[in-house]
Amino acid sequence: MAVNRNFRTCPTTGLVFHEPAEKLMRWNAVVAVVALLVGGVLAIGVLLTRWQAVHLLQADLFYQFLTAHGLNMLVFWIIFFEMAILYFASSTLLRCRLATPALAWAGFWLMVVGALLNNYAVLRGDSSVMFTSYAPMGAHPTFYAGLILFAVGALIACFVFFGTLVVAKAERTYHGSVPLVTFGAITAAIIAVFTIATGAIILIPTLLWSLGLIEHIDSLMYRTIWWGFGHSSQQINVAAHVSVWYAGAAVVFGAKPMSEKVSRTAFLLYIFFLQLASAHHLLADPGLTSNWKIFNTSYAMYLAVLASMVHGLTVPGSIEVAQRLKGYNNGLFEWLRRAPWGNAPFVAVFISIVGFGFLGGISGVMMGTEQLNLIIHNTLYVPGHFHATVVIGTTLAFMGLTYFLIPVLFRRKVAFGNMATWQAYIFGISMSGFSVFMMGAGTLGAPRRHWDISFAGNPFGYEFPATAWLMIALMGIFGVGALVGGAMYLAITVYSVFLGEKIQTPDFATVSAKRGMAPAPQPVAVGATGHGAGVGAWGMVAPGTFVLALVFLTSFVLYYFVNWKYLSTVWPLK
Amino acid sequence: MANTTESNLPGDDVLEEPVPAMQQLLDNPFLLLFIGIAVPTVLYTIWGVMEIVNLPIAK
Ligand code: HEM
Ligand SMILES: [Cu+2]
Repeated sequence: MAVNRNFRTCPTTGLVFHEPAEKLMRWNAVVAVVALLVGGVLAIGVLLTRWQAVHLLQADLFYQFLTAHGLNMLVFWIIFFEMAILYFASSTLLRCRLATPALAWAGFWLMVVGALLNNYAVLRGDSSVMFTSYAPMGAHPTFYAGLILFAVGALIACFVFFGTLVVAKAERTYHGSVPLVTFGAITAAIIAVFTIATGAIILIPTLLWSLGLIEHIDSLMYRTIWWGFGHSSQQINVAAHVSVWYAGAAVVFGAKPMSEKVSRTAFLLYIFFLQLASAHHLLADPGLTSNWKIFNTSYAMYLAVLASMVHGLTVPGSIEVAQRLKGYNNGLFEWLRRAPWGNAPFVAVFISIVGFGFLGGISGVMMGTEQLNLIIHNTLYVPGHFHATVVIGTTLAFMGLTYFLIPVLFRRKVAFGNMATWQAYIFGISMSGFSVFMMGAGTLGAPRRHWDISFAGNPFGYEFPATAWLMIALMGIFGVGALVGGAMYLAITVYSVFLGEKIQTPDFATVSAKRGMAPAPQPVAVGATGHGAGVGAWGMVAPGTFVLALVFLTSFVLYYFVNWKYLSTVWPLK
Repeated sequence: MANTTESNLPGDDVLEEPVPAMQQLLDNPFLLLFIGIAVPTVLYTIWGVMEIVNLPIAK
């Protein structure tokens, strides 16, 4: 079979797109956005039910909506988008043809069929088991079958990604090491392989059990292995959105990583340790020893957290250096004041970094501590935490990337002028408020996944403090803001892609490279190391970032300490 | 297209200095893949499953 060697060079960015890879990126991104739309519509129902003053849906419908919201957002939106990122980071950044496009399409369609089948199962009404589907709570067989097909499809995409790395090496489309963004994508793909394999190990027996072919699924065994899948998949997101941060700094500022070595070592720490943190979901489970829990959460997780802090510092640090080199070298924060606050990808990435670090990161370390976990286990604090990580961190970073990719991939202008920038602010700020108040309500004990915390009409009730109710109302208000921001994203994206003003490129042509000969390699923008010579203050190239880091560490330590104090009042030891 | 003017990028076959061990590790995605699967499989999955399997059954 002839190998398609048609490439196109983007006239604005100089990026090189292999024809089949580009098409796969577009399709994966489009399906991802459809999943986001579905998940977003469902979020309306979920939010307006948890907001007790509105209490929109009946109990059955609430749990059905909640199940479908979790799956479409956490699994389908994010993973489809990540597939597009994997193809971009391999084929485009390495200027290499995609290995086996036919197989990649097979993977894509498996994922589509799997997602549809799983949604069908939830729509039937007999599979409102939440995305965690804890056995012995059973769903319709199509629920598990859909997830398995989806996972197999995603696994195929990961292998196409690794195959493309092999092709790039064999056809020598790059010199030396792969660019940092590609390295981040490798990290994501490695975690993905573990994640998906673990998912298969637990979901296949569960499917057989739902078909009556297996007698019994042990609930603790299910939870332990399932979280190897459920938590690790969040770590794919972390590796992916951190890569997007680096790409964003490179694209918007021409920033070079402060130290390639440090950033790559931080990704290596992810590969070693990030997935072990899965154990934090089992901190309150009997049966597993504290040795296992503490080794996997504390010792190992802190090394992964350290890596995240390194990324959280080096990305703003590299932006600071780039800005100082441009002449914004006065004082500590001129570089930040003079940042492009009207540039949508920048705003999205910036809020993503700050929100992920301050809200998601600090709360994650707190709740990943075995003892402190008791304070917030299964409360609204948990979804508060992960809306900070997976929505502000991942989703918002992906939104920023979208605004960069619409002109590049679809060759259309981003529609509605400044609205994209407003979208990033509105979504980012509302989501931050939403997460904070959700965590506040959780700290006061309000449970997650709970249809009615007023316990109306129940013989046994519980009175939550009035502040918890206030927090939930504020969560509702900020949640509505987040829904507006989400709708703006969908409107901008869908309109731009299908109806947006076309970017005319008269000299556009696909280049057909001869078999065995790839386009001449060029240094990739993010591939080289650089140091800011002659800029900075206090003997540092990025003193502003250093100060921000100290603020972060102080907040971290204070919050951690306060929670130990609080623990002693929640669970008094006498 | 013979754009080979960029400096300080050594060609693949002209190795001027030995590649450090750490960089060799970072440049080998399949070794990293192996590590990234082996470490959590042993420390999280197998260790965890062993603990569950060894729990005494209640009578
Ligand atoms: C405008 C945006 C959003 C709003 C207003 C929203 C709101 C909510 C609310 C109120 C809950 C219920 C919490 C509970 O009762 O326990 C929830 C759960 C959840 N959300 Fe969102 N969400 C939004 C976007 C997202 C996004 C983008 C993601 C993922 C990328 C996401 C992932 C989840 C997950 C995984 C759950 C947990 C489901 C479960 O407990 O099984 N959400 N969301
Ligand atoms: Cu987790």
